[in-house]
Amino acid sequence: MSDDEAIVREFLIESYENLDRLDQDLVVLEKDPTNRDTLASIFRTIHTIKGTSGFLAFNQLEAVTHAGESLLSRLRDGLLPLTAEVTTALLAMVDAVREMLKSIDASGKEGERDDHDLISNLARLLEPQAVRPPSEAVPPKTEPAADASAQPVPNLGDILIKRGAAKVSEVHAAVEQQNAGGPRHVGEILVEKGTVKSRDIVEALNAQQQARGQNASDSTIRVDVGQLDRLMNRVGELVLLRNQIVQYTNSTEDSELLVTSQRLNLLTTELQEGVMKTRMQPIGNIWSKFPRTVRDVALGCGKQVRIEMEGKETELDKTIIEAIKDPLTHLVRNAVDHGIEPPEVRRGLGKNPEGLLFLRAFHEGGQVNIEVTDDGAGLDYETLRNKAIQKALITADQAARMTEREITNLIFLPGFSTADKVTNVSGRGVGMDVVKTNIEKIGGTVDVQSKLGNGSTVRMKIPLTLAIIPALIVTTAGDRYAIPQVSLLELVRLEGEQARKGLELVNGAPVHRLRGKLLPLVYLKHELKVETSEQVAGDPKIESQSVNIVVLRADDRAFGLIVDEINDTEEIVVKPLGKQLKSINTYAGATIMGDGKVALILDVLGLAQRANVLCDMRDQEAGEKEEGRQSIAVADTNQRKPMLLFQCGQTGRMAIDLALVARLEEFPRDAIEVAGDQEAVQYRGQIMPLVRVSHVLDSECRIVSENGQEALHVVVYADKGRRVGLVVDRILDIVEESFVVQLETGRRGVLGSAVIQKRVTEILDVPGLLLAAQPGEASVGAQT
Amino acid sequence: MIITQQFCTFFLGDQLFGIAVEQVQEVIQHQDITRVPLVPDVIRGLINLRGQIVMAVDLRRRLRVGEQPQGTSLINVVVRTKEGPVSLLVDSIGDVVEVDEKTAEMPPHTLDADIRILIAGVHKLDQGLMHVLDTERACESLERAEA
Repeated sequence: MSDDEAIVREFLIESYENLDRLDQDLVVLEKDPTNRDTLASIFRTIHTIKGTSGFLAFNQLEAVTHAGESLLSRLRDGLLPLTAEVTTALLAMVDAVREMLKSIDASGKEGERDDHDLISNLARLLEPQAVRPPSEAVPPKTEPAADASAQPVPNLGDILIKRGAAKVSEVHAAVEQQNAGGPRHVGEILVEKGTVKSRDIVEALNAQQQARGQNASDSTIRVDVGQLDRLMNRVGELVLLRNQIVQYTNSTEDSELLVTSQRLNLLTTELQEGVMKTRMQPIGNIWSKFPRTVRDVALGCGKQVRIEMEGKETELDKTIIEAIKDPLTHLVRNAVDHGIEPPEVRRGLGKNPEGLLFLRAFHEGGQVNIEVTDDGAGLDYETLRNKAIQKALITADQAARMTEREITNLIFLPGFSTADKVTNVSGRGVGMDVVKTNIEKIGGTVDVQSKLGNGSTVRMKIPLTLAIIPALIVTTAGDRYAIPQVSLLELVRLEGEQARKGLELVNGAPVHRLRGKLLPLVYLKHELKVETSEQVAGDPKIESQSVNIVVLRADDRAFGLIVDEINDTEEIVVKPLGKQLKSINTYAGATIMGDGKVALILDVLGLAQRANVLCDMRDQEAGEKEEGRQSIAVADTNQRKPMLLFQCGQTGRMAIDLALVARLEEFPRDAIEVAGDQEAVQYRGQIMPLVRVSHVLDSECRIVSENGQEALHVVVYADKGRRVGLVVDRILDIVEESFVVQLETGRRGVLGSAVIQKRVTEILDVPGLLLAAQPGEASVGAQT
Repeated sequence: MIITQQFCTFFLGDQLFGIAVEQVQEVIQHQDITRVPLVPDVIRGLINLRGQIVMAVDLRRRLRVGEQPQGTSLINVVVRTKEGPVSLLVDSIGDVVEVDEKTAEMPPHTLDADIRILIAGVHKLDQGLMHVLDTERACESLERAEA
């Protein structure tokens, strides 16, 4: 690199930094037009760029910054008021400067540009005062670049005197004593003499430190990111080497070697943390651009938005910062454009006409949480539901059965947008799905919470770093695999009798009853097709004595991964796989183990997709909220258990586990009372709600003529002291025979079907049915 | 003028192959290979090359010259490719030979087309024919190699 190039590079780096600050400064200034410090800082920045560009013969750049500088000098001198128009023009200038810098960066030239409009606009804004042409408007005498940095750091004595903690004479005496060659400092001398309290000295020292802090640039250097990456790689290798040595020394008796290796261990860990820290950047680095973004978007759609931030200093790995930049920007734009209402609407609702956008970041459990909250309209579940149906993303049938949470998550579907109008900001239906994919790509999660009328919060959980992650090491078919700890929920080990009984089959698909819920199981060796010949049979019951289940979470859905052996957890260094292997999404990378051998890192999401664990989206939510739900015993296949058969509208033959049935009753039709929109009967001194099974299961036949005087057949279902009456058409029979349930997840309220008495019979899922029957419960949130 | 080129030679069975020396990063003895399930069997797995993870390609399977006899240990010829280093597993290593570029001939058309594109040329040496391997091609589109 020639000297000239080096100078230009330096200029570019410096100018980029300055421009980023400029964006913020201008937005601050608009809020507080009288802030002279900010104005001076802006002026300085532009002045510096102008000066350097003139020196480097970037004439176009010089012309634009010159025009801007002229305007700024008027503002600074108080000759011009700062209006929105002026701010916009100045921001446009900043953009133009940035573009030129980019062009210089890429090609070494400013590029073919026509900035006449911009320059004349800047010049026009000078007009109200209209005297001198812009070329003379710059008072050359102002060289304020020096004023902030040239301020000397005040003496400790001066600070003490200023604060009234010490008298001038005392300080002088102490300074003289120090200058005379005493080993002690002024502060110590003063404290010793008893003239000043030590607390005052500490405060004064802090103040002095702060004054020094302004010159922080002296204590930092710029480092090439590539250099840091290489350093990081070396440290990664050192970590592996350390692991090998530690493993080796653990098998020796040499105490000296043990001690040495322990120290190596400690040092390596510290070094690793240190290097990681150099790559850490405060999230404020990307947030700092948002005031400008918010201002532009808000101005563009006629809204008033204030932005507040908390936890700016929260640090993340540089690569992660890069990865979340775009998704975050999208969320911020979205919140302003969609979330926050126009001022008049807000006023009408009794809200502050100025909307609030709140960004928050904090560490929690080894992850960083980032929240984007707005106090806008919030998500309207009905609108979302209708939009999704309209766009054919879901069917009306599905929509009717969806919970609030499921509906909220609709916004993450590709092609979904609730904006009534497509603006140039958002509403094109690309966005939230991209946000979700991008965040998930780096091992994070996104979640939306919203309350109609009160705004919404998008919460992201992001890992701190991608380079070194904690992982669980497992062995299958003789090979070790690493599973990222973020996906790990728990470990289950079944031994002896349990191992034989704990694994059951749902029509051939293995499941395990984990605290009453069915956990789908996946055999790692089947998925990877690595089973050795004697294990091929796939019948889990003949296999080894114990079963190890690694319970994993993929896309909010839990599943159990069966492995041969669970080894240990370890910090592993993630190494990417070559291009040739990237096409297989079962692996997230590879790592080198303590013994120097390579182990593959499993991509839990990819593995789950491969095993078809995720094919049913609705089911995952069902599993989540049915915490504590009574397990449906019919999953026990090939067991004889009494079932109650009944006839139910067009749905036909259905069966329910007799154990769940408290009683069979008949009620005359006129015994039905209506409370709210809920039918109920008085039953044993209680109000028992009625659920018409056929209505719930068959949305088509909701309107049923209430003809005839015949009694209602009611199956009384009791759960935790609560009774519900299931209204059926006819009780058929009680049978006791073995059958196989074919799980069918297409309909809520139906667990599956089986052949009972040689006829296809659907098995009722009562908790699911009750959920589906109470749309009222789902819409409660939307009405508040 | 004779333009000569140096080749690092190796054997697969009794066939002689050559790779231009500048493409060869290093030759190392047998390494522990971690198999990668679900990939074509041409990819034998991954090896640890001083902290770098490198894919090992079974050149016998790639060129369809038959399986190794049981119990023989393989040698890694680590070559530089656009995608970083890749290890080619071969039976044994021969000498480095210097040949006249002009003596090379194209492989005969009777060779299977998908194998033929992997052979950049054939040199007629005293000790036999040396097949010049196109390493770039040998290490890419392995998905298709399986089919």
